[in-house]
Amino acid sequence: MPMTMSQKILAAHAGLDSVEAGQLILCGLDRIHGNDITSPVAIREFKKMGAERVANPENVTLIMDHFVPNKDIKAAQQCKCCRDFAQEQDLPSFYDVGRMGIEHALIPEEGLVVTGDVAIGADSHTCTYGALGAFSTGVGSTDMAFGMATGKAWFKVPSAIKFVLTGELPKYVSGKDLILHIIGMIGVDGARYRSMEFTGPGAHSLSMPDRLTVCNMAIEAGAKNGIFEVDEVTLAYEREHAKREIRVFKADPDAVYDEVYEIDLSRLRPTVAFPHLPENTRTVDEAGDVKIDQVVIGSCTNGLFKDMKEAADIIRGRKVAKNVRAIIIPATQDIYLKCMEAGYIKDFIEAGCVVSTPTCGPCLGGYMGILAEGERCVSTTNRNFVGRMGHVESEVYLASPATAAASAIAGKIASPEEVLK
Amino acid sequence: MKCAGKTVKYGDNVDTDVIIPARYLNTSDPKELASHCMEDIDRDFSSKISDGDIMVGGENFGCGSSREHAPIAIKSSGISLVIAKSFARIFYRNAINIGLAIVECPEAAEEIREGDTVESDLDSGVITDVTTGRSFKAEPFPEFIQNIISAGGLVEAAKKGIIA
Repeated sequence: MPMTMSQKILAAHAGLDSVEAGQLILCGLDRIHGNDITSPVAIREFKKMGAERVANPENVTLIMDHFVPNKDIKAAQQCKCCRDFAQEQDLPSFYDVGRMGIEHALIPEEGLVVTGDVAIGADSHTCTYGALGAFSTGVGSTDMAFGMATGKAWFKVPSAIKFVLTGELPKYVSGKDLILHIIGMIGVDGARYRSMEFTGPGAHSLSMPDRLTVCNMAIEAGAKNGIFEVDEVTLAYEREHAKREIRVFKADPDAVYDEVYEIDLSRLRPTVAFPHLPENTRTVDEAGDVKIDQVVIGSCTNGLFKDMKEAADIIRGRKVAKNVRAIIIPATQDIYLKCMEAGYIKDFIEAGCVVSTPTCGPCLGGYMGILAEGERCVSTTNRNFVGRMGHVESEVYLASPATAAASAIAGKIASPEEVLK
Repeated sequence: MKCAGKTVKYGDNVDTDVIIPARYLNTSDPKELASHCMEDIDRDFSSKISDGDIMVGGENFGCGSSREHAPIAIKSSGISLVIAKSFARIFYRNAINIGLAIVECPEAAEEIREGDTVESDLDSGVITDVTTGRSFKAEPFPEFIQNIISAGGLVEAAKKGIIA
């Protein structure tokens, strides 16, 4: 039976010669991770399970990123619970304030998940590492607990949708615009339970940061995972980041796909998802006159160095519009430092932006940029659900770093070309 | 397993941010989570639910975050069963793993009205709208998943050695 790329990785980790869509399997895990919101629940379930030691401390990662530096006493208690557990279990990869980054940026950067791995994380955007050619998917805290105790997880083997990409992205169009375009096309449940596999010359033309952004938002189409074919870009990235051997899996040429879409990257325009679903997409040209109160550039979706560069290149030498708050959040300490060395932090501050330590804060309406009633935000984050960033009557418009930066300058949703002309 | 109660009904794409807004994720206490369940789209939810009541949703119920706090909040508010046209995948496995009864049945989710009294037998997959007298049949779970549910969730299944 021919297999998709995801199916091949799963079969190898389940100790099976082959698997088929719909099959229920128990699968070995290379990485299990959680954050300061989901890990305390997992730790509680781990103890309920009667487990005493995690199966393999080397494979378990806890990252404090959602509400840190602690936003309140309850958040502090949750981090303490994680910290105590990490100490008790001798977890070598526990990331606290000062060393942490937003989990889905930090994990590839640190080489904690590499090409060919099976990884689960108690966070829905765990699907990000498919960019590396790994099978990775978000799960709940109980799955994380079970994974910590046994080193395994149960999966229903997914079928897949294939995206054959051709052409190259135009200037000021990025991976974010591509994934928003796709979600607009197939809907927020268009890939429900399934893999999204990306291939074709256009896929190979995408940078690793763009691939990470695309896979990050696979969950926003309901997918189990997103995954890119491994190529020279992947191998170059892993030469820099992987600290152990990688395994390259390829889809069988005759693998069966539920659907196949062909997308010409050169035809894409900067794309914005209007409230209150990521599928409500329009090109920036169709956005109309949408005045804004806030811009957020950062998050697990778009907090990488490339994202910061694209924002800085537009913001440099300009001023954030009056009445707009622009919040910039590099995703990891390393990215923050590189932004400083490149002069971007100065560019941002001189333009009237605020630059924050890594945190998920505003993306999920935790803290660090909560919206009031009736306020609008253009954000490079991943969800624009009702109340996602604050008040129930506030609105979030999802866009790329370039579009968000242009909008900060214009005071309304704007394309980079409009601001740079 | 049998469930019976009055229904509350919502539309498509009920996301985890409306089930339990992230501003309350600084706790994992089930009762506290339940007190804020659904409040952004249904302010009176926590006060109007009686133990055993049944929630009905449309397509892609539970989309969004992986927060297990979402099914925990629903379960702890007293809801005995969620019937939907379809479930988002992480919510689906979380519900199974924590022992919140869910059933995918597009016809039932379409036809059942807010406030109807509904009975459901999860073993046979039969859902009955007592108010209208209509009956629906849902697909039963595969045996592997049925075993997790029967054990009372993944933790109990692991303790009993049903899955490892």
